[in-house]
Amino acid sequence: MLKTRIIPCLDVADGRVVKGVNFVDLIDAGDPVEQAKAYDAAGADELCFLDIHATHENRGTMYDLATRTAEQCFMPLTIGGGVRTVEDVRNLLLAGADKVSFNSAAVADPDVVARAADRFGSQCIVVAIDAKTVAPGKWEIFTHGGRKPTGIDAVEFARMVVAKGAGEILLTSMDRDGTKSGFNLPLTRAVADAVPVPVIASGGVGTLDHLVEGVTEGHASAVLAASIFHFGTYSIAEAKAHMAAAGIPMRLN
Amino acid sequence: MIVIVDYGVGNLMSVRNMARKVGAQATISGDADEIAAADRIILPGVGHFNYGMERLRASGLVDVLNKAALEDKKPFLGICLGAQILGKGSEEGDAPGLGWIDMECTRFPRADHLPVPHMMWNELEIKQPGTMLDSASDQARYYFVHSYYMNCAAPENVVATTRYGVEFTSVVKQGNIMGMQFHPEKSLKYGMEIIRAFNEFGTAGPAQ
Repeated sequence: MLKTRIIPCLDVADGRVVKGVNFVDLIDAGDPVEQAKAYDAAGADELCFLDIHATHENRGTMYDLATRTAEQCFMPLTIGGGVRTVEDVRNLLLAGADKVSFNSAAVADPDVVARAADRFGSQCIVVAIDAKTVAPGKWEIFTHGGRKPTGIDAVEFARMVVAKGAGEILLTSMDRDGTKSGFNLPLTRAVADAVPVPVIASGGVGTLDHLVEGVTEGHASAVLAASIFHFGTYSIAEAKAHMAAAGIPMRLN
Repeated sequence: MIVIVDYGVGNLMSVRNMARKVGAQATISGDADEIAAADRIILPGVGHFNYGMERLRASGLVDVLNKAALEDKKPFLGICLGAQILGKGSEEGDAPGLGWIDMECTRFPRADHLPVPHMMWNELEIKQPGTMLDSASDQARYYFVHSYYMNCAAPENVVATTRYGVEFTSVVKQGNIMGMQFHPEKSLKYGMEIIRAFNEFGTAGPAQ
């Protein structure tokens, strides 16, 4: 009954996909809309666009991207990267995003989460947390692409932003990101068990069993993956079939 | 012409995009005259119940919506918060809703260890045939994102239910007025079938 979501994440820079899937038949693999349509057809449950440059100057390209994607894709779309203000959230929602993700801005000013949630509702406010293991059973938040330590405990921070109104946590293990060695399960479970909202596990997926573990051992409500889909190692359908075979309820096309 | 009511709340573009995708003429408007001239009306909305009702009242559209739905009996579809505010009120706030359907909105209990918001693809259990949901296949899944759910006083208003810890009303109907807790505009081909059916709803004669 509780269907676990699989969410492919696309890195976007200046309105172009810099890390995406080599779907066959794509006319322009760098076009986020083409990628989104392909993921739609492939059975993804949601899409996440992450603006990896996220400068103030290129905000307009993200709005345009949200608009163009929403014109052709009828699936939930989360946009993150460089989101700082309630106005940023509003512009992205108006353009066609369904959820907007805060990252560094929520660390610098957690009240921005409350202001955005009060205005637009918790259901569209995601907080992305990037955490590194600093001691066994202890995880610290890092910002600026994992370069800047903050001294803030990830589990405590998750509790705090949810109390302020975050409706979902996108939790990335910086230790595991890109390693293909699996999610940081203790971290995922610690956060998922600490907050009453859905937690998306991210960082480290290399096999389909990793996706399963994120749910069964990490207690995540959704799993996000980039590389295994981008490089065509596995398809969304294979991932769903594998998770369903492991007893996890999935939306199967 | 479908008019999608713009009262400053929600992702209106997605609704319009999907309506156009199924070949409907659809426009987004917060203008009372345009809404009065509509053949069909969609009331979208995401966010806080009080904020939604405040915005709706501040926009001065309550009277024109009352007339369109209750007197002219135009096909009317509320989506998500737009469905919830068809009722009398919500635990989320103290503002009264439109009061068209005898229901109140309740927060999901925290006791079930289920994450809230209920944010995922889920299914419908059809309680009443003969609505625009009839074409839905057994495979159909719909995208939900909400923390409060509709609680109808009268079972005849309950068209479909969904289970998430509790079994709650996911589709309500009273005559020409329907409300859907999920987002058809975000539910891929399954949602597209609903918007297509809404565009044809009532065209065989006066809406029942």
